[in-house]
Amino acid sequence: MSQSSVSVFDRGTRLLREQPGAAVLWLIAVWLLLDLVLGLASGRIAVSRVATYTWDGITLGLVLGLAGVGLSMTYSILNFANFAHGDYITAGAFSGWSTTYLLSGLGSNASIGSLILVGAGGTVFAGDLGINVAAQPLAIILGLVVAAVVTVLLSLGMDRVVFKPLRNEEGITLLIASIGIALTVRYLIVFVFQQSTRGVTANVPGWKVHIVDGVLNVSYHEATLFIVSVALMLGVHFVLQSTKLGKAMRAMADNKDLAQVTGIPTERVVRATWIIGGALTGASGYLIALERGTLGYNLGWLLLLLIFAAVILGGIGSIYGAIGGGLVIGLASKVSLIWLPEASFARPAAFLIMILILIYKPSGLFSGRSTA
Amino acid sequence: MTARETLEGIFDNDLKLVVGFMATLWVVYFVLGAVLGYDVNGIANALRGLTFWAAVYALCVLALNLHWGYAGLFNIGVAGFMAVGAYTMAIAVNPVNPTSSGAIPGFGLPLPVGIVIGMIAAAIVGLIAALPALRLRADYLAIVTIGISEIIRLSFKSVTLKEFTVLGKTFGTGGGSGLVIDNNPASFINDFLPAPSGLPVTQSVIEGWIYAIALLGFVALFYWTLARVGNSPFGRVLRAIREDEDAASSLGKNTPRFKVKAFMLGCALMGLAGMLWQASQGFVNPGTFKPELTFYIWIALIIGGAGSNTGSVLGGLLFAGVLFQGPLYVKNVVEKALNISGNPESLIAALQGPIEFLAYTLNNMGAIRFIFTGVVLIWLMQNRPEGLLGHRKEPAAAIPILGTQREQGADAVQADSIPDDAGSSGGDEQ
Repeated sequence: MSQSSVSVFDRGTRLLREQPGAAVLWLIAVWLLLDLVLGLASGRIAVSRVATYTWDGITLGLVLGLAGVGLSMTYSILNFANFAHGDYITAGAFSGWSTTYLLSGLGSNASIGSLILVGAGGTVFAGDLGINVAAQPLAIILGLVVAAVVTVLLSLGMDRVVFKPLRNEEGITLLIASIGIALTVRYLIVFVFQQSTRGVTANVPGWKVHIVDGVLNVSYHEATLFIVSVALMLGVHFVLQSTKLGKAMRAMADNKDLAQVTGIPTERVVRATWIIGGALTGASGYLIALERGTLGYNLGWLLLLLIFAAVILGGIGSIYGAIGGGLVIGLASKVSLIWLPEASFARPAAFLIMILILIYKPSGLFSGRSTA
Repeated sequence: MTARETLEGIFDNDLKLVVGFMATLWVVYFVLGAVLGYDVNGIANALRGLTFWAAVYALCVLALNLHWGYAGLFNIGVAGFMAVGAYTMAIAVNPVNPTSSGAIPGFGLPLPVGIVIGMIAAAIVGLIAALPALRLRADYLAIVTIGISEIIRLSFKSVTLKEFTVLGKTFGTGGGSGLVIDNNPASFINDFLPAPSGLPVTQSVIEGWIYAIALLGFVALFYWTLARVGNSPFGRVLRAIREDEDAASSLGKNTPRFKVKAFMLGCALMGLAGMLWQASQGFVNPGTFKPELTFYIWIALIIGGAGSNTGSVLGGLLFAGVLFQGPLYVKNVVEKALNISGNPESLIAALQGPIEFLAYTLNNMGAIRFIFTGVVLIWLMQNRPEGLLGHRKEPAAAIPILGTQREQGADAVQADSIPDDAGSSGGDEQ
């Protein structure tokens, strides 16, 4: 007991000496935590408010984690930050919702064209189609599948056309090319689906969970997001644990040339990476639109920096890190609302955490390259 | 024969290249305006717009070239530093007791003072960003800078900072609705040089032209500054750092300090560009400083060629005149030539026939030009990553080391900050 407290003290003083900035940050974090505990104990901060922020943070965090897995894997294996990742999310979401609209509106008097375009120009409204997971479970599930499949095809296609000829270039060249893809994909979506942000779900029932001093609302869509994301994450975990793929990915992330001379089919590993990452990315785009009930061409782009934050926090290359980082960023950007004067500071707060992690612990909180 | 050699064959030095290119754009826009049936005022206004956009992009690209082309610092937070410059200037010069209701009070300082304060503020934000971040890998620096630029933009947008009081002094960023800046660089120059009367164009077009010409002067000033910096011992150390930081450091150069200085200078110039561009419109709001703005400047730099100041100016002209403004003219010309006036409400309606599709495409020219820009960026990365005039290899030494280079090197130093000729022929031997 006394021994461990001494070592904690030693580590503390060493931190203070070597990285005073990091020590200050730790003090701030501890102070905020104490403030939260005291606030909850004294009733200054409502328990139900914290519960609502926590639940919002978890749903956002799961989406960030799900989308982050793909970004993290391509970052470590192909060694570049893919700025097109956000627009893959948007592309997945639009393709999936196009399918859902088509399936739920087939019997109605809405034209097929406007259904495919997800009601572009205010021609069809989700409320009229009655889209929610309780009324149209099949349309939602098929939409989710199509979102995953289309995003896989898009990321494989872009890899083939854009990234493959640049395989031996520096990361910065690939990064700039990915900005080109981001612009192209985003504005192709604008060209096809138009610029307006539309509502995509009808009113959805939910549960009211009574907590000490209030109510936590959990909608069916939030529950769907939670269940599907956790299931997909477990699925990826099992796929990478029970196959050689995970090991091959780790090898490639550490040293590509060495992996190649040891007989690892590097191009096939790259393809597998895009497939797994693309599927999760498309699904995450579909799910975040389901949970928020709105869809616009900027959806993924606005999430991208948060996803980068999650991936960096978790340590680039680690899929568990991406998931963990996603949850931390999701929770941080929602729970921080307890202290922040207004909601619009939530995103800056998350970016600040990302920058601080990059500066003080660039290998991430769950550091190390451990794909799978 | 490469495209660059061809270009150099036509124009034997950089100034002629830039002037020739600008003149070509003016002629093309003049012809397009005439085809569209614009009157004298309309054509003058179109050429003014072209000059303005070309100049502001050239300013931003030159500043970015100091970061990426000289020092190899991958900054994708350009929009944020521009926002700091423009907003700080606005807050500094806006009147203490605004006459219009709802206007946010400022400090009422004279404009030149405001501009200096704005540049200092942008440099200080650059310092804060650079001190810890320059140790990082290029891609991490990229993420840090874009993060900072978004933090700046979202903070300016917040209600909390809209109007607040510190030590009895009330000021603010105006939140999402932005700030009106009546006292701005454009109004300053127009007060200084009043527009002559009696010309066949409106007062506002003449004033716009005067400001656009002043901007061209600023482009020359930026170019001269960067040429001086680039050819100084400081600039040579920067280029040495870009090529091999460890080697530069082993020669006793304090590389972090050089990088921080270069970063701050570039940020100050970006801040100035923000004042000359956005603030000169008489109004700033956070929506102007989205990351897209940074990407446009990057695309312009990559088109022109990182590392070359002439290339930077050329890239700015090309991006503004051809990629950014060009499609809108093409739209007008095609609409007029084919007499298209339809407006299909969606892509499905547009698929009914070629005319409908064309009309839909023309109406969505805003999106098309970004698709086109993205494709150009990818194409450049795959086929010509060094851009039109860029090259990452040029002598770092002030005097030519190899005898064969002596003549070329001496000429080139006079011609441009970055000796283009010596770079292409002797670079491999460095």
